[in-house]
Amino acid sequence: MFPERGKAGNMNKVGRSEVRVDAYDKATGRTKYYEDRMPANALYVRIKHSTIAHGYVTSIDKSKAEAIPGVVKVLTCFDVPDLPFATAGHPWSLDPSHQDTQDRLLLNRHVRYWGDDVAVVIAENEVAANQGVRALKVEYEELPFVLDVQKAMEDGAPQLHDAFPNNILKHTTNIKGNYAEAIKEEGLVKVEGWYETPTVQHCHIENHGCYAYMENGRIVVVASTQIPHIIRRVVGQALGRPWGDIEIIKPYIGGGFGNKQDALYEPLCAWCTTQVGGRPVRIDCSREETFVSNRVRHNIRYHIVTWVRKSDGKIAARKVDVYSNQGAYASHGHSIAAKGLNAFPQHYPVPAYEGNAWTVYTNRPAAGAMRGYGMPQASFADDANIEDCAIAIGMDPMEFRNINIMPKGFTDAFSGNTNYYDTYRECMARGAELIDYERKRKEYGHDTGNIRRGIGLGTFWYNTAVYPISLETSSNRMQLNLDGTVTMQCGETEIGQGADTAYAQMTAEAIGLKSYRDVHVISCQDTDITPTGTGAYASRQTYVAGFSIRQTADLLKEKILKYAQDVTRQSPYCMDIVDGNIIRKEDQKVLMSLKELAMTAQYNTVHSEHITAESTYTIRNNAYSFGCTFVEVEVDIAMCKAQVTRILNVHDCGKLINPALAEAQVHGGQSMGIGFGLSEQLIFDEKTGKPLNNNLLDYKLSTFMDHPRLECDFIENPEPTSPFGTKSLGEPPTCSPAVAIRNAILHATGVAINHIPINPHVLFAELTKAGLIHDSWRDEEGK
Amino acid sequence: MSQYKVVHCNINGKDVERVVDVRASLTDMLRNEYHLTSVKKGCEVGECGACNVLINGEAFNSCIYLAVWAEGKTILTLEGLEGPNGELSDIQQAFIDETAIQCGFCTPGFIMTAAEILNAGKLYSDAELRKLLSGHLCRCTGYENIFRAVKKTMYKRLGKEIDFV
Repeated sequence: MFPERGKAGNMNKVGRSEVRVDAYDKATGRTKYYEDRMPANALYVRIKHSTIAHGYVTSIDKSKAEAIPGVVKVLTCFDVPDLPFATAGHPWSLDPSHQDTQDRLLLNRHVRYWGDDVAVVIAENEVAANQGVRALKVEYEELPFVLDVQKAMEDGAPQLHDAFPNNILKHTTNIKGNYAEAIKEEGLVKVEGWYETPTVQHCHIENHGCYAYMENGRIVVVASTQIPHIIRRVVGQALGRPWGDIEIIKPYIGGGFGNKQDALYEPLCAWCTTQVGGRPVRIDCSREETFVSNRVRHNIRYHIVTWVRKSDGKIAARKVDVYSNQGAYASHGHSIAAKGLNAFPQHYPVPAYEGNAWTVYTNRPAAGAMRGYGMPQASFADDANIEDCAIAIGMDPMEFRNINIMPKGFTDAFSGNTNYYDTYRECMARGAELIDYERKRKEYGHDTGNIRRGIGLGTFWYNTAVYPISLETSSNRMQLNLDGTVTMQCGETEIGQGADTAYAQMTAEAIGLKSYRDVHVISCQDTDITPTGTGAYASRQTYVAGFSIRQTADLLKEKILKYAQDVTRQSPYCMDIVDGNIIRKEDQKVLMSLKELAMTAQYNTVHSEHITAESTYTIRNNAYSFGCTFVEVEVDIAMCKAQVTRILNVHDCGKLINPALAEAQVHGGQSMGIGFGLSEQLIFDEKTGKPLNNNLLDYKLSTFMDHPRLECDFIENPEPTSPFGTKSLGEPPTCSPAVAIRNAILHATGVAINHIPINPHVLFAELTKAGLIHDSWRDEEGK
Repeated sequence: MSQYKVVHCNINGKDVERVVDVRASLTDMLRNEYHLTSVKKGCEVGECGACNVLINGEAFNSCIYLAVWAEGKTILTLEGLEGPNGELSDIQQAFIDETAIQCGFCTPGFIMTAAEILNAGKLYSDAELRKLLSGHLCRCTGYENIFRAVKKTMYKRLGKEIDFV
């Protein structure tokens, strides 16, 4: 209303590399994570996991466990309420056809993967709880199991869920133009391939855990989660209790990356406290449990056929089949495969596109959200095939992308997203210049010795938030404190990415405070207190909170200036707030400080006012975020080892709110992308379905030794739909490194490897197939 | 052997003693008996480094170090690095300045290993530094800014110009 809106370009609190608001506490180890707040008397809940991949629990002998001193109670899959529930951290949909699949119980008689939850032991101490778990005797009726996504679709394959024949959770299509007609054009070059990405895990350093207790008849759960408000709903549904009966508290968390965008053990923990009279109970996942019994990234197999016109280098038609390995329970389900399926014709718009995606249950751990939500998988397959297309028609891969990639002005009919700038080409041009791509592309790729150098490129696009697929909303509360500072709360959580700092900067900007340090962001969400927000996911926090911060700040400012009208006798229209002072706009005269205003308003014996504002903004926008990765590799043929010697990401995520934190986000994403491309994968025993490397020693997470210097740069095209000109960056940096590595290895060796991780085992097989591994070249080298 | 034993040691400059379960790890003792919650648990089998503390000046994963082995030892946790009025040590300040902190869970362990490296008073090469820090896992930072923080502090302490990074 009266206050003048700050305009992008005139802003000075955002766009600065401020120190994180939580930096001091984290540097001193004071920050409290869920386990640091644990009630001393909490009982330990430890979980009995199935030791078969598929079957029915026929009986559980509890007698030995119950006899162990310290064991309080044993609860099994025969005791839990028969209320199937969905765990995905999605906003609730009022449309039943869009609600998540309710396919699991708190403990399961029908076990569907090695590691499923069948019973719990509640004990006074951890030793007794673990002893109790070991003492439980579980009898199973074993069933055949299936780990492979396409085998699970076959007739006669083991069935996981009765309601889903052939294990198909969902099948969707995406059809544009007429593919069958388009491929009849003469002279088209056909480029076909199968591409596959592995099952990987988030590996946040803090494992998931939570504790629960009852207070005045209600259940309180303190959890390491990204989505407290959604967890409240899921706990209510799983226990069959009114949602108002549940209070979820989210303290600081040690990373999430999507694993904690799911109801993990909060519902089970909440139920356990109700079974021991409301006493506090704790569930703390071990690292081994985190790998298997939380969530993983979907293993996805793609079949792509692309038809390219040799004359102008344009893609004429494309057919994409997506087979997404869901694992045992639906969790985020088909959303991940569908996102990838629909990404292809936006990334490289083609006149004819025929896409199919199947999400299929298998007897693997449940796959859920993980940084990039299907796009690291899709980008790998997409840009690997695009690279192959360029090579097939003898064109430089970057030039081929420039010809075919989403152009300026492109609008997606479904999301309404528009590419407002010529961002892709700008990002690639900037990256190519910084890394000297053209020279190296010519120079590398001809090595004949043991060490072979290559340079490769990968591109991606990513959404910001989830509109229009589901609800996109942000709520915010601001309170003017007596010292002129402002306390701010919202439901979009800090999970390590630095959201609180961005909020402080945006709030200071929007109100007109002197510093972002004058904003106190309440980091800990409590669903009884915090305005409802859906949490941290979809790289949405900075973008969506921006809307409600701007709107709520305007409301607060309006109230402040209205009160100031009484005190200063100036019209609100003539006043503004600048650097924590109320000023008269015309002559910039300082009328009073916010502190004076707050004290006057609070202690005025005639008209006292506690100045607060609260509002909800329903966002009906989304925004394309773009970028690319350039990678240089050295492949040691004899050692079958590919080493990334240089990696550079260039992003357009709109205006940066905090450049230093943005850069740090990119580093983390690049690191995860390098692991995805070269080393990480969860392996299962084909004979038993048992995971073989669910620990941080055997699962090859990148270490300090596995990275070159991580480089990044930004193209800051302001996002027109955002009040702060910004858009997503949290997940995007993970999307393109793996395929850039694959393409660089292809450049170095001439070998196109279509499944990751490209570890020495894979390289040995592929280089051998290509005839590069043989005894004679070594002798030749020696001459 | 009795189930419990008195362990005398010096923690963060203070002589202390406490009865502990002989099966307890040093992580358990520091967290549960002394409320030193900077000592984090990420794997409890010596893989991730989040529980790292200095024992007689040397960095150890406290999760695979029995509490009873701490008898007579001098132990430093992150809480012991800051001054009496909350003053930060140079390496803690460097982690802040270089944006080397995100979720903060691996931070205490990393800073303790960095403290050991810096206390050696040597000028390490980039490759040596990476190797010395490689016992810690981090999923947020890609290690990039942690490397900058440690390297800058090393040069600063040695009074050398940095050739950087």
